[in-house]
Formats: sequence, structure tokens, C-alpha cells
Amino acid sequence: MHGPDHDHHAEREHEHSTLSPLELRVRALETVLTQKGYIDPAALDVLIDTYQTKIGPRNGAQVVARAWCDVEFRRRLLEDATAAIASLGFSGRQGEHMVAVENTPEQHNLVVCTLCSCYPWPILGLPPTWYKSAPYRARAVKDPRGVLKDFGVQLPETVRIRVWDSTAEVRYLVVPQRPAGSERFTERDLADLVTRDSMIGTGLPLEPGGASTVDVSP
Amino acid sequence: MSYRSNADLGGQDRHGAVRREPEDELFHAPWEPRVLALNLAMGATGLWNIDMSRAARETLADYRELSYYQIWLAGLEKLLLQTGAVHADEIAQGRMMHAAVPTPRVLHAGHVAAALARGAPTARQPNSPARYTLGQWVRTSTVAPQHHTRLPAYARGKRGVIERVHGAHVFADTHARGLGEQPQWLYAVAFDEKELWGANTPRQRSTVSVDAWEPYLEPA
Repeated sequence: MHGPDHDHHAEREHEHSTLSPLELRVRALETVLTQKGYIDPAALDVLIDTYQTKIGPRNGAQVVARAWCDVEFRRRLLEDATAAIASLGFSGRQGEHMVAVENTPEQHNLVVCTLCSCYPWPILGLPPTWYKSAPYRARAVKDPRGVLKDFGVQLPETVRIRVWDSTAEVRYLVVPQRPAGSERFTERDLADLVTRDSMIGTGLPLEPGGASTVDVSP
Repeated sequence: MSYRSNADLGGQDRHGAVRREPEDELFHAPWEPRVLALNLAMGATGLWNIDMSRAARETLADYRELSYYQIWLAGLEKLLLQTGAVHADEIAQGRMMHAAVPTPRVLHAGHVAAALARGAPTARQPNSPARYTLGQWVRTSTVAPQHHTRLPAYARGKRGVIERVHGAHVFADTHARGLGEQPQWLYAVAFDEKELWGANTPRQRSTVSVDAWEPYLEPA
């Protein structure tokens, strides 16, 4: 009863006993799909690595920083976002048709997908859990100021709020306002001020001093 | 049997506050990224399209009780069963017990980057000129279709203005039912908050836009 086979079996038993039912269900499904030749398990690893380490909101931050520095790029971004973003090397799945909407002193943009979780993957990566959650999807369209408050953002009542519900295959990027005091920043330093949430519209960029431009004074 | 989407949440009350998370927090259990990747890899086989997968997920009876990636897992199992790619006993046993169905493609590791970069554009040549122009007033359909659709219930039967013309795109309503792409003009339609929520809802100085295909609209 002893020997490598037994030890291996025992190890596996032990491993299984500590796995959650969901983990076991997913592993079982992956095994079936692999055995049937539908998937290449190595492709799963590449997919996961891509969205964990390569494609994320730092891509979008580069787009915004460029728009802040380069008026010609900003013009192209607002006119044909898909092409302008592709010129920086970002394109593809869930970003095939992009529209950029710009925040101004008069108008603040907020993006949601009330029907599922549509989100511009090539420039922002995978959507955060809150973006996919019922509270955000339910309230962003009807109570956008309440949602912004949940994020610590309070805008003057004079600012009009424009909500974009991504109900088709068009994906929206919010171009936040360039923070005051960042005039001497390089494009690279500017990108560090651009938060993910500021490109969804639930946040504002960081202040050059380090804090968010959200008013947190007592 | 009537079609019911459990995912159409826009404008509903009593969902509570939004819980923020840091930028780098993408997954909450080791199985979640696997489910994401399984969905992407199976989507790439061509056994179904993205609108079919949205329809499969939104009609899950227990949609509201499930976490996001639980929805993706249950939706994937449902599609596999519907297409006959996998049988219930195989899911229960965790091993292959029946012959595989032919798939148009298999996504191999070496092709992932190219496939993601290519994506799946939905813009198509229009079959006819656009019926509406920028600034024109339209009214959305009052009908709740008995199939997958992308006009949210809160925007049904509402008057809005054409704000952007996106070109012709694959029509989700037919694509989801296996009736083909049937490209239709797609517009961003802007609605005033009073039109959507009524005069009794406190004003927020907000406007909501939805992307609506031409069949959802009529002149107003």
C-alpha cells in the first residue's frame, strides 16, 4: 500500500478535500473540455496572464496623458477614438469600437453597463467587481450623484452629469480634466495621475501633490 | 413561454451602496480567472456567439443569487449543454464520456495574443441609409420582446434625441437567436432624467444615453 502511487493518490485526495465545491466544479469542467479537444489548457494560462499582467488601466492612463499633452491627439481621440487609441498600440477584444467622452467644467461623464458588464478591456483591463454589481448597474443611471458620493466624489450642482449606458458593442472612455498644478508634468508623470475610476467617471485624477482631487477637507 | 432577463437592473431601487475596490483587485478566488479563461477559450471555438452567451447568462433562473463569475460558470455550462458539446453526465463525472462535436476553431496558446488583438468587430456595411440624423427626436419601442434584446426596460417607450450615429452593427436581437447578423444602424440616444424617471424623482441635472439599434426606434 506504500510507494509513489499511493503517496500521489493521498496527496490528491488531501488537495481535493481542501478545495471548495466551486473549485472542484471548475476543475472538472476544464478536464472535460480539454479531453474533448475544445480547449488548449496552456491558452487559459496565457489568457489569465494577459489580463493580470499586460492589459489594464495603465494603458488607458497613457491615452489620457497623451490627450492632455497633445492637442492634435486629443482632437483625433474625440473624433475617432478607435483609431487614436490604436495608434498607441491598444486595440481588440471588447474595445473594437471606442468613443471618448471628455469631462469639462460644465459636464461630467459616467459609464455603466446596466445589462451586463460591457467595459473597454484593451485600455482598462477587466472590469472591477463593483462595476459588475447590482448596486452600480441599478443606480448609475437613476442616481448618478448618489453613486459618485459612494466614491467620495461630490460635484457642484452646476455640473451636468452625462451617463453612458453601454448597451451595444461601443465602449466608452472618459477623458478626465487635467488636474490644476500639473502644467510642468511630463506625459509619463501625468499618466501616474490618471486612475482607473477617473476613466470610468466614478473618480477624479490624483492631484499633483499625491492626493485625489476629490475634496476631502473637513 | 415568456422570455425573462434577470440582468436588466437599470433604475431599480433598493440595491444599496456601491462597494469600491482597489485597482489591482480583480479576482476573489483561484477558480474565478479559470472561469473567465474557459469562457474566452470556448467563445473562440465558434460554437456560439457573444450575444448567445449574454442571453444564456441573463436567463439563468438564479442570476440574482450568483456572484459574477458564478454566473459566467453557470452560463458556460448551459451553453455547452444546449449545443450538445458536453453532456450532463460529463459535467457530473468530470470526464469525457461522449464523442466531441466538431468546432470551427480551437484557441491555441500561441494564438491568444493575435486573437485578442483582432477582437470581433461588429461594424458592418449598412443595407440601407440611416433613418435618423443627429438631433432628431425619436421614441423607443414600448414592446418587451420575447427574446434577448439590448434596450433596457427603463428606456422603453421614452422620448429621446439622436446624439451619435455609430454606423451599422450586428443586431444583437437576431444574432442571439441564431438568425444571423442582420446589421442595423446603431445610435446613441440621449434621454432627459425627467423623461426616464418621472417628475417626482429628485432632479440631478443628468442625461442618460443608451446605444439603440434602429428597430428599437420610431420618429417622435
